[in-house]
Amino acid sequence: MKQFIAFANKEFYHIIRDNRTLLVILGMPVVQILLFGFAINMEVEDIRVAVYDPTPDAFTTGIAERIRQNPYFTYLGNVHSMNEMEESMRKGELELAVVFQQNFQENAVHPGDAAVQLLSNSSDPNRGSIAVTYATAIITGYQQEQLGIGRIPFQIRTENRMIYNPLMKSSYMFVPGIMGLVLMIICTIMTSVSIVREKERGTMEVLLASPLKQGPMVFAKTIPYMFISIINLIIILLLSYFVLEVPVNGSLLLLLLISVIYILLTLSYGLTVSTLVDKQINAVIVSAITAMLPVLMLSGMIFPVDSMPRVLQALSTVVPARWFIAAVRKVMIEGQGFIMVWKEVLVMTGMTFFLLGITIMNTKKRLE
Amino acid sequence: MIEVNKLCKSYGKQGKINALNGISFTVDEGEIFGVIGPVGAGKSSLFRIMASLLLPDSGTAIMNGHDAAKDYRKVRQIIGYMPERFSLYQDLSVEENLTFFATLFNTSIEENYHLIKDIYQQIEPFKKRRAGALSGGMKQKLALSCALIHKPEILILDEPTTGVDPVSRKEFWDMLGRLKEQGIIILVSTAYMDEASRCDRIALMREGEFIATDTPRGIIENYREILWSVEGTRMSALLTALRGYPEVKTSFAFGDKHHITVDESFQPDALRHFLADKGFHDVRVELAEPTVEDCFMAM
Repeated sequence: MKQFIAFANKEFYHIIRDNRTLLVILGMPVVQILLFGFAINMEVEDIRVAVYDPTPDAFTTGIAERIRQNPYFTYLGNVHSMNEMEESMRKGELELAVVFQQNFQENAVHPGDAAVQLLSNSSDPNRGSIAVTYATAIITGYQQEQLGIGRIPFQIRTENRMIYNPLMKSSYMFVPGIMGLVLMIICTIMTSVSIVREKERGTMEVLLASPLKQGPMVFAKTIPYMFISIINLIIILLLSYFVLEVPVNGSLLLLLLISVIYILLTLSYGLTVSTLVDKQINAVIVSAITAMLPVLMLSGMIFPVDSMPRVLQALSTVVPARWFIAAVRKVMIEGQGFIMVWKEVLVMTGMTFFLLGITIMNTKKRLE
Repeated sequence: MIEVNKLCKSYGKQGKINALNGISFTVDEGEIFGVIGPVGAGKSSLFRIMASLLLPDSGTAIMNGHDAAKDYRKVRQIIGYMPERFSLYQDLSVEENLTFFATLFNTSIEENYHLIKDIYQQIEPFKKRRAGALSGGMKQKLALSCALIHKPEILILDEPTTGVDPVSRKEFWDMLGRLKEQGIIILVSTAYMDEASRCDRIALMREGEFIATDTPRGIIENYREILWSVEGTRMSALLTALRGYPEVKTSFAFGDKHHITVDESFQPDALRHFLADKGFHDVRVELAEPTVEDCFMAM
């Protein structure tokens, strides 16, 4: 036991003294959470909007008022000509212009068909299209309201789209995915590299010539990474809860249980990789190709599993992160209980034992 | 006591490279046994088998009664092994390395401090320094301390003095002498022939075989050639010229001189004239005392 602790302790020294690696391990989840949460989000706020209304009437002022009051828009006022609007847009002051047809209300009432044009500044295409979607929703809402109070049917030509809060939606999607990715990278790559480094630097030769058994040695090596992974898990959860405001709808205990099982699984995979390669660079390549890439592509982190071709869906069943991400989404976001995630938990536990078995079979007692 | 019996080991797909070709020898308690040979002779393979790190193709290595192949756990408790390459943790300090290895062998620095005192005292002032920042000589002292900290019965040192400065090399051998007095069996390999005289017995190794096993004195006494040394300027051209002299059997560079073995009819004056004709003046030709290196070259 003393040997085991001494070994884990030594491994901590390696990590702590390698400042760059430590920075990467602890900084990575923070950067990724903030990157996916803010920089790559769909959140669009303070859309600078103006209205061009050649013939104001009850309908147009009603719609303009709603846009003015909407928290996502900053209402700049009315413009009095198309030229004024275009110039303002060119200067970048204006992002969205709502241009009503002449005699809007009349057209709506008599042929029952009024048109409104939404002009967006597409220098930021994402922001522009979101702005159009918001405005469309407001107009549609207004139209439905008018129909609701018993006016004769009419239609306003705009597209109708469903609207959620895009920021919240993208965070919901990404937080479980980032947890899956970060833990996979730290546990698998770091663990396999740290064992293979001992082979490459020759220290494995001295360790093998000592009475320390191989089993305790590899397990002792995983302790610091397990510890760091749990710190990372806590950082990710705190960041998503307080900064991204993603709630934990289900049981926190269940969420932690699922995460710990996943950490054990990825550590086992790191150990498996380490028994198969002899060079650090190969450990990185094998881990990256077999662990990181599938997490990005096949786990449902970015591309939903349901919309994949059948073959890829089948392939994704062997990707540990797929089960983890699915379970975390169920517990964290949908607020489901253990009943709904037992399958994922079982699959991950099975995978862990399978990989540990391979590792124990492959661990060498000698140099070759 | 170490008993090695007909060890064979080959590498490569069809066993094409023979690293060891039926090696047998014994080493007694309190003996320094040196394995001397050039790079690629198979010294490291032999030592790794004895340290239970490699399995031999055939043959046995019995280390104080324990088979290195079958009884490897026991063997690993009684040996101290120092590989050819510096194999400590460069990012750990001197003290942390030593503590780590002590714990690995279920002991502590305090318990066996007397054993490493002579060696460790020299690096103790730097005990907070990272091992990677030590000089070559200090690294070797630390590595030896780590290999000794658990009071091994057998010490296996694979080329411990390669890349170490001459002063540290001398100190290192002095330390081995003191360890021997404590009853530790010391097995050491080296490519430096001049270190052979520091061993109690030596084996000359070439291409996976022991070509001679004896005391250094015994090896030298068995030398049957007539040996002369030749010293002068333009040494490389001189070597070529010597090889053209009919009575010279072999000639090779030996430090800042050349050593030649000659026929019985050899007359040094005749050689001096021969060399003078070729433009080599101030050449000193003297009878030389054979060394282990000369013996090795003659085999």
